[in-house]
Amino acid sequence: MTKSLSTRTIAKKSLSMKSVFALLSAGILMSTLATFTNAEEVATLRNNTPLEVQKEPKVMPLVSNDDIKQKRNYPMQPPVIPHKVRNYQVDLKVNKCMSCHARNRTDESQAPMVSVTHYMNRDGNFLAEISPRRYFCNQCHVPQLDTEELVENTFKDMDTIMKEKQKAQKAQAEH
Amino acid sequence: MKNFIIKMWQTIRRPSVHFSLGFLVIGGFIAGIIFWGGFNTALEVTNTEEFCISCHEMEDNPYEELKTTIHFSNRSGVRATCPDCHVPHKWTDKIARKMQASKEVWGKLFGTINTREKFEGKRRHLAENEWTRLKANDSLECRNCHNFDYMDFTSQSTRASEQHSTSLASGEKTCIDCHKGIAHELPDMEGVEGW
Ligand code: HEC
Ligand code: HEC
Ligand code: HEC
Ligand code: HEC
Repeated sequence: MTKSLSTRTIAKKSLSMKSVFALLSAGILMSTLATFTNAEEVATLRNNTPLEVQKEPKVMPLVSNDDIKQKRNYPMQPPVIPHKVRNYQVDLKVNKCMSCHARNRTDESQAPMVSVTHYMNRDGNFLAEISPRRYFCNQCHVPQLDTEELVENTFKDMDTIMKEKQKAQKAQAEH
Repeated sequence: MKNFIIKMWQTIRRPSVHFSLGFLVIGGFIAGIIFWGGFNTALEVTNTEEFCISCHEMEDNPYEELKTTIHFSNRSGVRATCPDCHVPHKWTDKIARKMQASKEVWGKLFGTINTREKFEGKRRHLAENEWTRLKANDSLECRNCHNFDYMDFTSQSTRASEQHSTSLASGEKTCIDCHKGIAHELPDMEGVEGW
């Protein structure tokens, strides 16, 4: 209110001043609008909880521990871990994952051996032990939680895309 | 000095003139109970977690690490304390362990592992002692809580039931063979069987 009043009084004095103020207030309005819409976008995972309020946390979902292998979404995808890895130590001293998944452990553990690429260095030479660049398993492999996705996933694997394409072509040919 | 010892010996050897045999037997019996009880109480005190972590080596390293594991907090609310895993509950074993433990007090006096680095430096050695002990007693301490006979494989994960129904059931392996590092961080495992 005060702003528009002052704008009007000053406007009487000069036209150029008026347009400057109009632009300015429009700018302010737009930027506030932008912040509001932005805030809403960012806040989706907080369900519009005000910034200064701590959101009530959801119940922690359990880690899937059924040991059933999941389909990969694309051939190069690192397979996800079908079991718990709580407190599995992977550091300079030990690698708990490799105590089951290393080549020489798979007879006792009956776990799948890590891909042969994990024994290759960057020049493609095979090493006796896991390559240092593959050492930290959790950089690529993660356990899964028994829960709904927070954000809808629209990923389609190539089989689905190919099938859709074929269907479309077939439909076109029939016309 | 020599005279004194001879005199003492004579006093001890001479039959009692003032006390009846009955008094001596009963009195000795009561004194025995008191001493035995005191010994037992002392053992009880040293058999608590508070006692173990009264040493900062034990508090800063094993205890801190234990806190993040399943044996400290879990859905059932049952806690394993240091003595549950480290001191056998049977009497004879208990005393034997205490004798060995007095060497730790030595370590405290001479400050063998009073920093994290020193502890890490010794960890492999200490861990190996524990593995050997648990291997030798067929993981007795684990079995005090986890009884194989009452394990329900159908409610275990596939990985667990497969391993438990084969090499554990046949007695070929014991808990500690597969569950090293269940309560603390592991040392460098280079050369340890199965790693
Ligand atoms: C007086 C301080 C002190 C107390 C109390 C103490 N510890 Fe220790 N502990 C040590 C030190 C020091 C070492 C390292 C000994 C060495 O260097 O050989 C050690 C080593 C150990 C080890 C390695 C075992 C081995 O054979 O090498 C275990 C297990 C252990 N302590 C458990 C316990 C438990 C359980 C308690 C309580 C019942 C306890 N400690 C109480 C200081 C202590
Ligand atoms: C004081 C009793 C006690 C002792 C001693 C004990 N445990 Fe446990 N253990 C428990 C309890 C309680 C749980 C958690 C049960 C639950 O809620 O799932 C557990 C859980 C476990 C788990 C499951 C881990 C997981 O992530 O699901 C393993 C493995 C295990 N213990 C191994 C051992 C081994 C090996 C020893 C011997 C070194 C041992 N325990 C000694 C009580 C004990
Ligand atoms: C041959 C190896 C092997 C032996 C021996 C063994 N375990 Fe296990 N155990 C496993 C594996 C593998 C798992 C599943 C992975 C994990 O929890 O890290 C497991 C899981 C467990 C669990 C969790 C159960 C679940 O559903 O996940 C408990 C509790 C347990 N073991 C206790 C014991 C006890 C107690 C002993 C000794 C009486 C023992 N284990 C001996 C390999 C073994
Ligand atoms: C669930 C059983 C369990 C509990 C509870 C437990 N420990 Fe251990 N501890 C072990 C096992 C098993 C080892 C052998 C090394 C390994 O596998 O990590 C060990 C090793 C140690 C060592 C040797 C150094 C090392 O890190 O390997 C010390 C010291 C020790 N424990 C002290 C303690 C103290 C102090 C507590 C109580 C705060 C405690 N432990 C509680 C099972 C347990």
